[in-house]
Amino acid sequence: MHTTIRQYIVDNFLFGRANGLSDSESLLEQGVIDSIGLLELIGFLQKRFGIRVADEDIIPANLDSVDCIRNFVEGKLACN
Amino acid sequence: MCGIAGYYAFDGRPGSRQELQSAIGSLRHRGPDALRIHVEDGAALAHARLSVIDLEGGSQPVSNEDQSLWVVANGEIYNFVELREELEAKGHRFSTRSDTEVILHLYEEEGEDCVRHLNGQWAFAVWDRPRRRLFLSRDRFGVRPIYFAETPRRFLFGSEAKALFAFQGVPRELDPQALDQIFTFWVPIAPATIFKGVRELPAGHSIRVDAGGMRLWRHWRQQYSELPTDEQEGVRQLLALLEDAVRLRLRSDVPVGAYLSGGLDSSLVAALIRKFNPSRLKTFSIAFEEQEFDESPFQRRVAEYLGTEHHELRCTTADIGRAFPEVIWHAERPFFRTAPAPLYLLSRQVHDQGYKVVLTGEGADEILAGYDIYKIAKVRRYWAQNPESVRRPLLLRRLCPYLPYLQGQSDAYLRQFFRLRPHEAASPLFSHLLRWDMTSKLKLFFSDELRNELRGRDAYEDVARELPPEFHQWNWLSRAQFLETEYLLPGYILASQGDRMAMAHSVETRFPFLDPNVAEFAFSLPARLKMQGLREKHLLRRCGEGLVPETVLRRAKQPYRAPEAMSLLGTEYAEELLQPSRIRGDGVFCASAVRLLVEKAREGRAVGMRDNMAVVGILSTQILIDRFIRHAYNDSPVHC
Repeated sequence: MHTTIRQYIVDNFLFGRANGLSDSESLLEQGVIDSIGLLELIGFLQKRFGIRVADEDIIPANLDSVDCIRNFVEGKLACN
Repeated sequence: MCGIAGYYAFDGRPGSRQELQSAIGSLRHRGPDALRIHVEDGAALAHARLSVIDLEGGSQPVSNEDQSLWVVANGEIYNFVELREELEAKGHRFSTRSDTEVILHLYEEEGEDCVRHLNGQWAFAVWDRPRRRLFLSRDRFGVRPIYFAETPRRFLFGSEAKALFAFQGVPRELDPQALDQIFTFWVPIAPATIFKGVRELPAGHSIRVDAGGMRLWRHWRQQYSELPTDEQEGVRQLLALLEDAVRLRLRSDVPVGAYLSGGLDSSLVAALIRKFNPSRLKTFSIAFEEQEFDESPFQRRVAEYLGTEHHELRCTTADIGRAFPEVIWHAERPFFRTAPAPLYLLSRQVHDQGYKVVLTGEGADEILAGYDIYKIAKVRRYWAQNPESVRRPLLLRRLCPYLPYLQGQSDAYLRQFFRLRPHEAASPLFSHLLRWDMTSKLKLFFSDELRNELRGRDAYEDVARELPPEFHQWNWLSRAQFLETEYLLPGYILASQGDRMAMAHSVETRFPFLDPNVAEFAFSLPARLKMQGLREKHLLRRCGEGLVPETVLRRAKQPYRAPEAMSLLGTEYAEELLQPSRIRGDGVFCASAVRLLVEKAREGRAVGMRDNMAVVGILSTQILIDRFIRHAYNDSPVHC
């Protein structure tokens, strides 16, 4: 899962150039994801992992780094 | 408005006449009415004329009484009537009725300080034969362009870089450092240009070339203060200055029209023109199919309110895609937005209507605080003073109301996006770092070779070291205004959306808000009169009361934007220039990263601001390489 998420972010937002992005770095602060990128990311997570991301889930604590996203998706899958 | 070119020969020898004809021939679009040159030992001047004042007698190059001084000028000196009276009283004899001749006689009186007396937009060259000296000057805000280059034998100049490439010995090569600046600030920091061997005379600067070498100096700079000003008195003074600025800019021997954007600035200019010009004013505007960009209901409302003869150009995404390569050819720089393209098409319509001159509202957002960048800086600064505040970040919701994706974000995300980064808090460049940081992210598309060449460079230093000492004493708004007016105004707004797009179709744009008296008054105003709370251009709105429709007066600033990446992809040239082999061969960008971006865009997923900017920035750079470097421009000489 971690590899899938990271690969998606690197390919889709960094166009294959990871530039040493660490798994804990803020994607918004690093300029990796902008406001529309966030919507793209949510669409990807829903489709790829079959989870539903509710409005109240869309907070930086859930989606602002590779680690946060992995924890968030794992939590969602555990609840299913 | 015209095109100029010429040279100073260090060895005193005359150059090839054919070369000079090619140089001025490349600027025919700037001045299709006449082409003339003057060549003598050691120097040459060439002029492509757009006849606006003294249609019969205003040909250039023009000389003084004894032909010891010669001038070619691009632009207008609006106070030429008053200056001429003063000069005639001192005994100067004029051979034309043109504004250009005033420059010569004023130069005789005051030497290089003559520019202090000029109210106008200019780029001119004076050949001072007795001193064997060439003197070039550019107006305060950089409305009119002028470029120069040095070869072992000569100092060359021209209104556009393409004129310099017509001379022998000017290399056609991109400047990596200028690319770094453009992919940070949107513009190269003058005198740098995208081309390694070509320099731009910065706004408000002059240059002298003679046997002693070359000397470049600043003749004017922005100065901010906060003079105590009563609001009512401020409205009275600003309106009086604006009226005078418009009155002077109606001086012309051909009809003058106006652009209408649907916003306050151009509406107020048109309203003031109507005051002085009882005949029916022709106005021109751009309408888009996409509601997100379209302002035509407001434009029509203003036209109806002022009783103008209104012409609307409906611009489609296909129109933008088709025009884009020509737009880059004229602008001679990469863009991150397609917004100049509709203005290129609009000037064609103006030209087709038989008009050569239009007044516009450019400059108001810079001098009177209209841009979002000022509001964003104000809110972020206010919040940073109390980062734990719950109420302060609520103001973030009031920023950029025209960006639906941003507005659709949760409060938590808005806070994350706008919160101060550690490097911003103490930076004098604070107001602009959010924009510049975002643009800098596009450098991830640079090739490894280019990245290696730029390693260790900090583009922000290029700006920081040029700040005037008093900058640090100014208030936050003045500092933000300075940065916007010093860099983006001449390098993008006036060049890419002003001079180049209009002159592509021989149309002269005039900007009342950039009248020195208007601008210097605006720079002296307290911040609260420019931005009251988050109400931008407060004092100007007060000036507009009763002159423009209420709907326009109350309307929040809507930045001028146009459809972006999707208008370019799918065109034949984009397919060709974005091929991995082309990208690799040209060496500026990383082919694999561009391939992923193009795939994303083709699938309709590159809809964010950053991806759009990347597509436009990369493609415009590739067009520039294709048109200026790969296919060397060879215009045939013209008969002068």
